[in-house]
Amino acid sequence: MTSPLGKDLLGLEHLSAEQISLVLDTAEPLKEISERTIKKVPTLRGATIVNLFFEASTRTRTSFEFAEKRMSADTVNIAIAASSVSKGETLVDTARNLEAMRIDMVVIRHQSSGAARFLAERIESNVINAGDGTHEHPTQGLLDLLTLRQRFGTLKGKRVCICGDVLHSRVARSNIWGLTKLGAEVAVCGPRSLLPSAIEQMGVHVFDRIEQAIEWADALNVLRLQLERMQAGYIPSLREYNRVFGVTRERLDRAPRDILILHPGPMNRGVEIDSDVADGPHSVILEQVTNGVAVRMAVLYLLAGNSPRLAEAAKGGA
Amino acid sequence: MANAPHTIVLSARAVERTVTRMADEIIERNDGTERLVLVGIQRRGVQIAGRIAAVIKAREGTDVPIGALDITLYRDDLQTVGPRPVVGKTHLPVGIEGVHVVIVDDVLFTGRTIRAALDELADFGRPAKVSLAVLVDRGGRELPIQPDVVGKHVDVPAGERVDVAVVELDGKDEVSLSAMVAS
Repeated sequence: MTSPLGKDLLGLEHLSAEQISLVLDTAEPLKEISERTIKKVPTLRGATIVNLFFEASTRTRTSFEFAEKRMSADTVNIAIAASSVSKGETLVDTARNLEAMRIDMVVIRHQSSGAARFLAERIESNVINAGDGTHEHPTQGLLDLLTLRQRFGTLKGKRVCICGDVLHSRVARSNIWGLTKLGAEVAVCGPRSLLPSAIEQMGVHVFDRIEQAIEWADALNVLRLQLERMQAGYIPSLREYNRVFGVTRERLDRAPRDILILHPGPMNRGVEIDSDVADGPHSVILEQVTNGVAVRMAVLYLLAGNSPRLAEAAKGGA
Repeated sequence: MANAPHTIVLSARAVERTVTRMADEIIERNDGTERLVLVGIQRRGVQIAGRIAAVIKAREGTDVPIGALDITLYRDDLQTVGPRPVVGKTHLPVGIEGVHVVIVDDVLFTGRTIRAALDELADFGRPAKVSLAVLVDRGGRELPIQPDVVGKHVDVPAGERVDVAVVELDGKDEVSLSAMVAS
């Protein structure tokens, strides 16, 4: 039986608006499971999932692990430090080893763009992209969409501005694809050195000043400023960045309407976002974290119907 | 939906009478409404549970708590039929520890839905007792599960399907038989 999402979740670019809405509609009722005393349903009993992380991650990996466990899957975490072997070779070897261990799904985080697709094309198991280089981070995009949809009711015509280091951000890319497909208006705002040169071609507005973004937007998705960017010369200093692009209480107070504040975490308080904004009444940052588990449960559920090995086993056992 | 020829088993009036009798039977079996909780199975079981609760309210003057169970995540056929398009809400209004839970569904057929519902209920607590009330029992059980309260027994020939319509979702109350259309 085919899954409504296909075999893998590699990005939001190639999903339809209907497929994205299906994930959100499925995630909605799944939130209730995490409120139960026994936070577990038997849906994925017997499925083996490998969380294959080539890059450090606490939040995303923990969120996936909770989602997997609440669906009763058996999970193994593999953290692989960047090795001296060329990345392509490492992935192929890893893929072969995983196949030999008879697993059903792989959640992969990798520093190279396209790594998830590379793996998906070489193994039978379902592959979920948990972030590949600067390409996509689809489950983060989906949880942002769910959070916004819950607050706004619909995304149609809503204005969302993605602020900060859009150039290096897979979160930004997944957000832009998802938001535009669901009918939202999207803008980006940040120093020109941190915006992709052809960003307008993705159908987004560009603001050079955070004040303009705040004037325009219904929601701001404030990206984490990778501190390495300063050493690389993209920005002069963190203080300077906060002074020009920081999302501060004073700036939000001048907004013509209440603006929802999202942040994918982990935050640099006092750099891209001030503490009184992050902890303020319009912040939905912790809702994003709660929704993250539900969205990942929904993705696991929707992909699970498309596991050739499990389907074979189910037929044999019937 | 195509307008396939169908036979009406229960008209709107008959549904009303049947539900009323089911409500009376439930009160009788429970010896009143003390510690009674109705739990409808998504989707149409939820509406039928609501009707039963309304009759109980009229008869006994008490509000019996109503919950809803969506058993999609407890199905045993995910790998053979794939994920169901939309998962519904599960909501239990009160703790079920030590109470008498009456599971309410529209049609009892293979019993697999009830098996899943029992598993899901167990994840919420340990009721003193669990009973099963169904509007229609069409036979054809594949598991050792039997109802306690039955609205109507219907012998359904192979290749035919029982459809329960409720005003809230379908615009009318009706139980009918129709030929199974290959999907």
